[in-house]
Amino acid sequence: MSKIADFIGKSARQNVVDALKRAKENEQYHALLNLTEERALERADAVDRGEITGRLAGVPFVVKDNFLAYGAPTTAASKILENFNAPLQATAVEKLEAEGAICIGKANLDAFAHGGSTENSAFGPSLNAYDKTRVAGGSSGGSAVVTALDIVPFALGSDTGGSIREPASFNGVVGIKPTYGTVSRYGVVAMASSTDVIGSFTTNVADGELVMDIIAGLDRKDMTTLPDFFKPIDTAKKGQKIGLIKEFMTDGVDDEVLARTNEYVEKLRAAGHTVEEVSLPIVAHTLAMYYIIVPAELSSNLARYDGIRYGHRAEGVKTLAELYGRSRDEGFVTENKRRIMIGSYVLSSGFFDAYYLQAQKARTLLINDLNKLFETYDVLMGPTVPTPAFKLGENTGDPIKMYLADIMTVPASLAGIPALSVPAGKSASGLPIGVQLMAPRRSDAQLFALARSMEEA
Amino acid sequence: MAETMTFADKYDITIGIECHVQLATATKLFSGADNDARDKAPNSVVSPIDFGLPGMLPVLNREAVNLAIKAGKALNSEIARVSRFDRKHYFYPDLPKGYQTTQMYNPIILGGFVDAPLEDGSMVHVRLHHAHMEEDAGKLTHYSDYSLVDLNRAGTPLIEIVSEPDIHSTVAAKAYATELYRLMTYAGVTLGDLYHGNMRFDVNVSIAPKGATELGTRAEVKNLNSFKSVERAAEYEFNRQAALLEKGERIVQETRGWDEAKQKTTSQRSKEDAQDYRYMPDADIPPIVLTEEEIIEIQSTLPNLPSFYREAWKPLGLDSTVINALLASKQLAQGIQAIYESAGESSARRNAQWFVSAVGPDDTESAVKAITYLPERFVELAAMVDTNELSSTAAKTIFSELLTGAKSARAVAEDKNLLQVSDDGAIAVIVDEVLADPASAQAVKDLKDGNDKVIGFLVGQVMKKSQGKANPELAQKLIRERVQ
Repeated sequence: MSKIADFIGKSARQNVVDALKRAKENEQYHALLNLTEERALERADAVDRGEITGRLAGVPFVVKDNFLAYGAPTTAASKILENFNAPLQATAVEKLEAEGAICIGKANLDAFAHGGSTENSAFGPSLNAYDKTRVAGGSSGGSAVVTALDIVPFALGSDTGGSIREPASFNGVVGIKPTYGTVSRYGVVAMASSTDVIGSFTTNVADGELVMDIIAGLDRKDMTTLPDFFKPIDTAKKGQKIGLIKEFMTDGVDDEVLARTNEYVEKLRAAGHTVEEVSLPIVAHTLAMYYIIVPAELSSNLARYDGIRYGHRAEGVKTLAELYGRSRDEGFVTENKRRIMIGSYVLSSGFFDAYYLQAQKARTLLINDLNKLFETYDVLMGPTVPTPAFKLGENTGDPIKMYLADIMTVPASLAGIPALSVPAGKSASGLPIGVQLMAPRRSDAQLFALARSMEEA
Repeated sequence: MAETMTFADKYDITIGIECHVQLATATKLFSGADNDARDKAPNSVVSPIDFGLPGMLPVLNREAVNLAIKAGKALNSEIARVSRFDRKHYFYPDLPKGYQTTQMYNPIILGGFVDAPLEDGSMVHVRLHHAHMEEDAGKLTHYSDYSLVDLNRAGTPLIEIVSEPDIHSTVAAKAYATELYRLMTYAGVTLGDLYHGNMRFDVNVSIAPKGATELGTRAEVKNLNSFKSVERAAEYEFNRQAALLEKGERIVQETRGWDEAKQKTTSQRSKEDAQDYRYMPDADIPPIVLTEEEIIEIQSTLPNLPSFYREAWKPLGLDSTVINALLASKQLAQGIQAIYESAGESSARRNAQWFVSAVGPDDTESAVKAITYLPERFVELAAMVDTNELSSTAAKTIFSELLTGAKSARAVAEDKNLLQVSDDGAIAVIVDEVLADPASAQAVKDLKDGNDKVIGFLVGQVMKKSQGKANPELAQKLIRERVQ
C-alpha cells in the first residue's frame, strides 16, 4: 500500500523529474505556489551520487508554504511575504532532507493559514482534487491536493484547528495531526502558538507513520516539543473501546457524511472493536473558545509583519504610523485582518478577562471532559467535517458558516490530542468523505495503528 | 533656595522606583546571540530569533533564570515556584516581534525589601512589590528624515525591580538606587556598567501637603542611568510639582524624561496617550517551574552581599562613610575582607582607611587590581606600621606606590629610605645632637622645669634630623632619660 515505497531505490532524478512534470500538468488545480525545481534536481543528483542517503532517499515531497524552506520564497500565501526568501529551514524540513527526501515545491494555503478552503490565499484558491468547482479545503489545501493527485507521495501541512484534517477529508487522503508538541514548530510561520501542530498528508496511514517517525522529536529550538515518545507500532490493540461523539452525528450533518461514518463504525465493530455513542456536550462551545483564543494568539504572532525588517513595505509613506498601517493593509488579506481585529479586541484591557481568560477556562473544561471519556474509551470518533467539499465561493461571504466547518476538528486542537482524518468513502456524486479518530495525548502510535488496521480490513 | 525650603516645609515627597537590571549572561534571554552589545557594530549580535524572523521561537536562557533567582535572594524576596512569560504588544521599529516578552501575571521574584544606608549611618527600608524578567528592545538613532534601527540590544535579559512607594526623600532615593546597584553587582547578577545602561531607573514622584493621607498624582521620570540623576530628577520633580500646586494647578499623570544637560525633566506623554498593551500569556514558553531544592542550590552560590561586610566589619570601628566608600566596589570590599580574614583587625582597619582616602570614586580600577592580585603587599605594609618600622606618614607614601607598582612594601620603604630607625644607638646619637643644639636649649630648660609639652618639639627635631625615620616613641624615651 505504501506509495512512498514506490519511489525508493529508483533514480532520484527520475523521481523528481516525474513529480515536477505531474505538478506542471496539474497546474490548473493551483495546488502549488512555487516549485523548487533547481534545488530539487541538485539534491536528486546528490542522492543518485550516493552523497545523501536515508530512509526517504530520492522521495519527492511538498511543503505547505508556511514552512521556511530553501529553493523558493516562503510566502504563507500572503502579499506581505511574497518575496521572502528563508535564510534557514524548518526543523521538519531539515529532518526530511536528512533522510534524503526532496522538496519539489511549496503548497498553496489560506494566507497565514487563516481559513478552511484556501480561498483566503492571496494568490487564488486551490481546486478540489475530485471536483474543480469545489474547494480544496484548508488551510493546508494545496498539500492535500498534491497528495490526492499523486504528484508526490506525501506533503507536510500545519493544523491549528483542522487545517490538515479538513482538506484531507475533502480530498480523500490521510491527514495526521499529532499530539501538540510532537513535531517541532521551529521554522513554521506561526498562527496560534498553543494549538499549532505540524503533520502530514499521505494516501495511506503507514506512509504517514513513516513521515511522523522522521519529523517527530524533541527540538531544543522549540520549547514546547515533547521528549521523544512517538514510535510506530506494528499491530493495533485488539478489542478497543471507541466512543462515537453523538453531538457530531446530528441532523445538521450531511446525510452521506453520516452514512459513511456509520459504515466505518460497522467496520470497526466487524474488526472486533466496541463502538458506543458518547456525549460531549461541551463541543457546542468549542468554536466560541477557538475563535477567541486563536485570533488572540495570531494577532500577536502577526505583529512582527510590520514592513520594517523584511517583507512588503508600502511605498510613499510619510509617517511611521502610515508605514505600519499601509504595509499591513496591503500585505494581509481580509480574513487576516478580521482575525487580527478579533484577537486585538479580546486582548484589550477590560475585555481580556471576559473573553480570553474565560475561553481558557472553558478550554480546561473541554480537556477535563475529554480526559473523562478517555478513562473509558481508547478512541473517540466522528466525521471530520459536517459536509463534503463545498462549492468555491459558497461560504466566502459568510465567515460564520465558514467557521462552522471547523466544529468537529477544533476540539482536538484545543485539547492538544492526536487526531487523524482517514478516507471513509465517497458521496454519491463522488466527493470524498473522511472520518476523524482521536485519542489521548501521546497515544498517537496506537491511534495510527488502529487506523492502519482498518485500511486493511 | 528659600522657596525650596518653604516647599520642603509644606509638602511631603513620595517616591517609588522601577529599576531595569541587565543580566550578566553570555547570551540573550531567548537566543544564542552574544549578550554583550557594547562597542559592537550595529546589528552584528542579532539572531533570527531576536530579529523576529517568521517561524522563530524563543528558547529560554536558563542562566538568566538562575541570575534572577540569585537576585531574589539579594532582594530578600520569595522566588515563585511557577512563573510565566507574557507578551506586551506595541508597534515600534526597535521591537522586532511587535511585542516584548515579559512577566506580567506571574513574575519570578515576589516581595522582598532593601535596606539602604544613608550617609548618617541610618537605613531606609524599602519594600519591593515584585521583580520580573523581560527582554530589552533595540535602539533607534534618528536622523533628519530617517531613523536607523540597531537590534544588538534586542533580547538582552533584564529584571525589572519594582519598589513600593516607600521612599520619602530624594537622598533616600539615591541611597536606594545605590544600594540596589551594590546588591546586584555583589550578587553577580549584572556587570553594572552604568555608562552602557546596565542599570536604568524609572522614578515615580508624587507630592502631597504634609500630613495628607492620600498620595498625590505621580509623574514618572524614565531612563535615569546614574544615582545622582535619580536624586536630581526627584528634586526637580518635587520643586516642579510644588510650584504647580502653589499656583493652584493640577499635577498631570505623565511620563517625563530627564535632560542631563539642562538638569530638568520634560513631559513625554500623558496617561491619556497610554497604550493598551494587550498583555497575553506567551504560549511558546512553558512556565518556569522550580523546586525548593533548585532554588536553595542556586542561591547557595550567591557571593557575600554588602550587609555581610557591614556586619563583619563592625569590630573594625570604621566610619560609615568609609564603609560605604569601600562597598562602592565589590572587589574592593572582597579585598579588604580577605585581608581581614588573613591578617586581622589592625591590618584591615589600616588598609580600609588607606584605600578609601587614596581611591577616588571614579578611579578604583588600579586599586581593585592591586588588592585583588597582590594583597600580601598591603598586609605587609600594615604590619610594618604595627611594628613601628614605618611611620603612618611614610606608610601613606608607600601605599600610593603599591597601587601602581609591583614592588613589595619593604622594597619601596628601602628604596625610599623610609624605614624607621628603632636602633637605640643610632637614635641616641641623633638625640644627643639635638639636645646639644643651642636651638634646643630653651626647650631643654622648660622640660627640666616640668613643662612636659615641649617634649613634642624635641621629638619633632629628632624626627626632622632623622628624615622621619626615627621611631618617635623611642626618641621620646631617650630624651626623657637624658633630661631629668
